[in-house]
Amino acid sequence: MSLHNQDDPALRAAQEERLRAVWAPPKGLFLRWTDCNNNRVGVWYVLTAFAFMLFAGVLALIMRTQLAVPDNDLVSAGTFNQLFTLHGSMMMFLFAVPMFEAVSIILLPQLLGARDLPFPRLSAFGYWSFLLGGVFVGGSIFFNAAPDGGWFMYPPLTTRTDLSGLGADIWMLGLSFIEVSSVAAAVELIVGVLKCRPPGMRLNLMPLYAWYILVVAVMILFAFPPLIAGDILFEMERLLNWPFFDASRGGDPLLWQHLFWIFGHPEVYIVFLPSIALFAMLVPTFSNRHLLGYPWIVLAAVGTAFLSFGLWVHHMFTTGLPKISLAFFSAASEAVAIPTAVQIFAFIATLWAGRVTWSTPLLYATGSLAIFVIGGLTGVMVAVAPFDWQAHDTYFIVAHLHYVLIGGTLLPLFAGLYYYWPLITGKKLSDRLGRIAFWMLFVGANITFFPMHFSGLMGMPRRVFTYPEELGLGGLNMASTIGAWLFAAGVAVICIDLALSPRRSKAQRNPWGAGTLEWLAHPDDEDWGIRSVPLIESRYPIWDQKDFVKKVDEGRFFLPDAEEGRRETIVTTVLDARPLAVIRLGTPSVIPMLTAIALGGVFILTTYHFYWAALACAVATLACSIWWLWTGTAEIPEKPCKPIGHGMDLPLYMSGPAAPGWWAMFITMMADATAFSGLVFGYYFFWTRHADFPPMAMADGPGVYWPMVALALGGASWLATIAAREVHARGGVGIARLLLVMGIAASLAGIGTGLVGPWTHGMDPESHSYPAIVWTLVIWTVAHAGFAAIMQSYALARSMAGKMNPQHDADIRNVTVYMHFFALTAVVAYATIGLFPVLS
Amino acid sequence: MKDRRPHWSERLKVTLWTLIVPPTIWTGHFLFSYLWASISCAKAGQFATFPTLFVVGTVLALILIALSGWIAWNQGRMPGGSTPHEDSTEIDRLRFLAKSTLLLAGLSFVAVLFTALPVIYLRDCL
Repeated sequence: MSLHNQDDPALRAAQEERLRAVWAPPKGLFLRWTDCNNNRVGVWYVLTAFAFMLFAGVLALIMRTQLAVPDNDLVSAGTFNQLFTLHGSMMMFLFAVPMFEAVSIILLPQLLGARDLPFPRLSAFGYWSFLLGGVFVGGSIFFNAAPDGGWFMYPPLTTRTDLSGLGADIWMLGLSFIEVSSVAAAVELIVGVLKCRPPGMRLNLMPLYAWYILVVAVMILFAFPPLIAGDILFEMERLLNWPFFDASRGGDPLLWQHLFWIFGHPEVYIVFLPSIALFAMLVPTFSNRHLLGYPWIVLAAVGTAFLSFGLWVHHMFTTGLPKISLAFFSAASEAVAIPTAVQIFAFIATLWAGRVTWSTPLLYATGSLAIFVIGGLTGVMVAVAPFDWQAHDTYFIVAHLHYVLIGGTLLPLFAGLYYYWPLITGKKLSDRLGRIAFWMLFVGANITFFPMHFSGLMGMPRRVFTYPEELGLGGLNMASTIGAWLFAAGVAVICIDLALSPRRSKAQRNPWGAGTLEWLAHPDDEDWGIRSVPLIESRYPIWDQKDFVKKVDEGRFFLPDAEEGRRETIVTTVLDARPLAVIRLGTPSVIPMLTAIALGGVFILTTYHFYWAALACAVATLACSIWWLWTGTAEIPEKPCKPIGHGMDLPLYMSGPAAPGWWAMFITMMADATAFSGLVFGYYFFWTRHADFPPMAMADGPGVYWPMVALALGGASWLATIAAREVHARGGVGIARLLLVMGIAASLAGIGTGLVGPWTHGMDPESHSYPAIVWTLVIWTVAHAGFAAIMQSYALARSMAGKMNPQHDADIRNVTVYMHFFALTAVVAYATIGLFPVLS
Repeated sequence: MKDRRPHWSERLKVTLWTLIVPPTIWTGHFLFSYLWASISCAKAGQFATFPTLFVVGTVLALILIALSGWIAWNQGRMPGGSTPHEDSTEIDRLRFLAKSTLLLAGLSFVAVLFTALPVIYLRDCL
């Protein structure tokens, strides 16, 4: 196909017809929900997260009304506990994080000139998991069963079943489920940014939004798994009475605080960076110039991401840790102000150097920066340990965190809402209503939260359900309540603006005159994402590249057709975006939804102690996953290559590190390894807390012999898989199958031998934290051995079924990635439980 | 004109992995500081009176960060391309990664100094 072919309008029309047919959404009352195209899943995701935000906001209003006057009795203390716990948990887990994932799922393919992200079904799975888990957690308040231990759920209040009820389990298991969907989104977004950029979009031309999303998704991989590890220990204690946090049996409540805040502090930046990323898109548009200091913004994003992992103890300044430790974290907390400020200065400089159009989105952006800076400054104050000792757990902290989150997340999202609404619906929102709402929000936020600094310094603790009149806090609290209602009214104005949108007429294409790729979107949206995948030569191609929009629309770039009737997109190299292959994308299917329902069953049924039913759901989850993989991945194409235009032929199959599937496995296993390191941290944490660990009574632990046997078997299984991969690639299919069978046998034997050590040494996990953590490490490792056996069997079955051959070996290569991580897990786990007691 | 033979610091390949070398060194140093302090406080009951190990670790981290920054500085000035170096060319991509690495090296250097400062003032565990 040459350029000239595209001159023929009939050919273009035929191509468009084919693309339209391929990307047509499923129809029907139920089937429409099986869609997995990012433009639909993303919108569902956004609407659901928005609804959860409104719900959590109503909870806050009830709290503020209760606190309006002293000695109020609108709600009981117990209900108040549920209100603040659910408000915080929902805003964090069901609004801020999912909203960033949702917005990215909509925007990222547009920004990257891709037809869709590499794993559309994974996005759908993430959405259904999020919806189920969110309704489960949020709905609990209607049954008076909501969690009530505060959004960080500190033990022992929350682990002792006589002090806290079902709510704690609902929190742990419901939100663990949502954490799974966050990790799924992280996989999708990382692979999307690294592998699905259009040709020519080298790393230096990538839209800054994509840089931020890449950084944040990587942060999720390292931040969420420690919380998952904490959740596991927490539920082991609640459901099985294993004393990880019970000081009377060698546990330590501080372990939970460490694991929670290793997650919790990066979390703040996980919700802040994607919102500030929206600024990086809209500031250049309304300054009518390129953003100044592109590498400085990358510095800010990457630097903040790293430093944010060195801050977690600043939530624990009052727990009695050595002061020298506090000082390290205090220093890192001050250092993080540097990259945070750098990006704000870059935005200000861009506005300064450009011709500014004072649009509604820009109004939100600048207003939010003002609020954020106030929150940032109080943050610098509380990062100083002695000041924090005074302000800890008072309303000063409530004021600080709301300034940060409203200025750093909520208002930027509203800026993004006004900016990107035309991209999604083709219509602009009302500037008048938008500005009215902005001033209500801006003034409301300040009237609500500024007085809290003073009520906090006057000694009002956070989370009290009422206060006596004599404290003199009535006036400040009344101001906060009035501000909260004003703020809520501002949100209501935005909702009215959104509700009026269907009655408005369509705006023109690219209504803001932006220069970045996503504004190729047409007001009369097509489902195919982009008409042809462009060649990128600038950071602002619509501004800088001649006839860019016309060429894209006329299919003059790459992949303008869908000859084989398949959904496709181009995969490119990580650094320089050189075209590598065309991949076939997942099509609408009921499998992601079923998998999410089955997995939801595991978590929800466990909450109510229906263990057998939960086990059945676990089996169903496994079955659905295998069904999904078997029918939807690593398909051998009908021909090796296809033309994408301009004389280029690209392969239709890839395996190994060039392939998106390999990256997905690698990224998932990074998260898995991080969760495991959280458990290992637990073991060594206990060692630092006890003079004798292991305790004298259990001095030889699980012994040395059996852990070493299990380790040897794990190593054998790993080697067998690597050998199978190598032999297979050289054509030795029969030998490779034999090696896989040996690997399966070694993995299965590893399960038994792993359990023998602690079993034969009579380690009772309920007696002390030591046997409990040893059992946890062993169970984690043998569960991974079990998964190894399943994966090896899968590769074997694919080979037997003719779905894998030496030219098409993605399955065994991906399994090998898993095996590397499994081997690492086995080494660390068995060395820790078997050899450490001998050494220490 | 005779072709200039690239300096060894220019021949190393910058990638996404090398971009994160300076902040990774900061992470290593931070983790080392935290573990060293908490283990010595928990096990020895006191913080070292003269923290030789800490000083060595800090100096090493600073040298490594400075070195990666210096390499990035050299790579960021590789000849070729035209200003403002925002094109889709190999050299501009390389210059961008090098410059970002240099900036991260600066931040990491300052952050390591921040982390090390408390040891000058604090010596006990209480």
